Amino acid sequence: MPAGFNVEVYAAGMANARSLALGDKGTVFVGSRLVDKVYAIVNKDGKRSVKVIASGLYRPNGVAFKDGTLYIAELSKVSKIDKIEDNLDNPPKPTVIYDKLPKDEAHGWKFIAIGPDNKLYVPVGQPGNNVLHDADHGQIRRMNLDGSGAEVYALGVRNSVGFDWNPETKQMYFTDNGRDWLSETVPEDELNRITKAGEDFGAPFCYQGNIIDQELGWGKNCKDYTPPVGLMGPHTASLGMRFYTGSQFPKTYKNVIFVARHGSWNKSQKQGGDVVAVRLNKDGTVKSVEPFMTGFLEDNKYVGRPVDVMLLKDGSLLVSDDWNGAVYRVSYGKPKVANQ
Amino acid sequence: MHKTIIAVLALAALSFSANAETIQERAVACFACHGEHGTSETENTPSLGGQQAPYALIQLFMFREKLRVFDPMNEMAKPMTDDDLRSFSDFIATLPKPTPPSDAGDPARMARGQALAQQNRCNSCHNTDFSGKDNVPRIANQREDYLAKTLAEYKDNSRHGYDATMADVMQTVTKEQIGDLAYYIAHFR
Repeated sequence: MPAGFNVEVYAAGMANARSLALGDKGTVFVGSRLVDKVYAIVNKDGKRSVKVIASGLYRPNGVAFKDGTLYIAELSKVSKIDKIEDNLDNPPKPTVIYDKLPKDEAHGWKFIAIGPDNKLYVPVGQPGNNVLHDADHGQIRRMNLDGSGAEVYALGVRNSVGFDWNPETKQMYFTDNGRDWLSETVPEDELNRITKAGEDFGAPFCYQGNIIDQELGWGKNCKDYTPPVGLMGPHTASLGMRFYTGSQFPKTYKNVIFVARHGSWNKSQKQGGDVVAVRLNKDGTVKSVEPFMTGFLEDNKYVGRPVDVMLLKDGSLLVSDDWNGAVYRVSYGKPKVANQ
Repeated sequence: MHKTIIAVLALAALSFSANAETIQERAVACFACHGEHGTSETENTPSLGGQQAPYALIQLFMFREKLRVFDPMNEMAKPMTDDDLRSFSDFIATLPKPTPPSDAGDPARMARGQALAQQNRCNSCHNTDFSGKDNVPRIANQREDYLAKTLAEYKDNSRHGYDATMADVMQTVTKEQIGDLAYYIAHFR
């Protein structure tokens, strides 16, 4: 961590902790890719505890929260639980709101989030490493919060597992994982920006804005696709990302994007396995990518693997780790234990 | 960062109440199916010896949570605590690894299997000697029937991996090729 930052274990014992969402009353919801459960980290009377609030789900990786309702994305459907924070001890079963999703295992798990337009954004990855696919894959969809009015918002998306909206421009930024097996050093994972609905980001024909795929890209031109605003390193598995809009960190972190990089598997010398801070230029393109939280990679082995990041109301940053089944809290200033 | 993680682990270790039986005594039940010293002589049942501890831990966890369904194993894992899961997976890793069959294998099938293993880059995750690493299992000299069964289960998506890597890989591997691949890995030396 840079000087002045502290890290503590916020909660543990949540096997395969993945995506994070914050409830209005301070409950932190945690999805899972391996386990059939969604967890809630409950803050009550100054004490934190972990509860299972939904089980029997299939790869419930994605969670989002809005106006009292928790949204859960499984591999091939999205469901919701209303008034979840009032019913944490005896939560009702999730109600399915959208299930017109493919059932592919590869890149089937989902990150979800709700945009400033009050719509739910749901990605559908390519069903494999590098494949020609039908019109139901390789995209990000958006829909109303009751699952109606679904439309394709972005195309040419290989596998996005994280997105957020620029607090100033309201433009959506998303991470996208580059293909495997091309080489150890390319393509790099992408950080993309959507400026208009229906934009095409190139996969599986063009990667990282300037590499025509050697298997599928014949006759294609990278100029026909929107290039990434930034590159996140080869095979680093850039997943969850959030703009920093809190006031606890130093002013230089205002509107910085924190990106959790899960870390490579398709690389001899592992890379990623950290949280990086991405600074933007005035025009919204990437100025720099710098290390923020490191130390998860030792002697080319993971001791932890960050998946998602999320701000708490006090401006501290939570980081989930599916390798240890834990959520960490990063704070700035004099070390003190979280009190919420 | 690490201090905090280590502190959590230390607390977990303190809460572990030692069972009266040793792990060796408790593992006798495993050997009934998985073979003496962990080399299986039971149809469709894997050898355990030399398995990667993190992989074994995830499988035991999945059996306990019924995320991987096989009744005898679900029953076995049911009463296990997290510490039990860790003790058993660490113990399994210390058992002697299975040895190659005495026959070298049919050269034509071995050649086909080797080509398939290269084509599908099995060595990238499972290691060049197929000894596995971390959450990726040792497959070298595993029982041929179990390998074939497992590959088929990944292909039809009835076996769910830690992630989707095997489901992805198996999309392009045919039923006939599964036979050669299992034969090659079982006979690997």
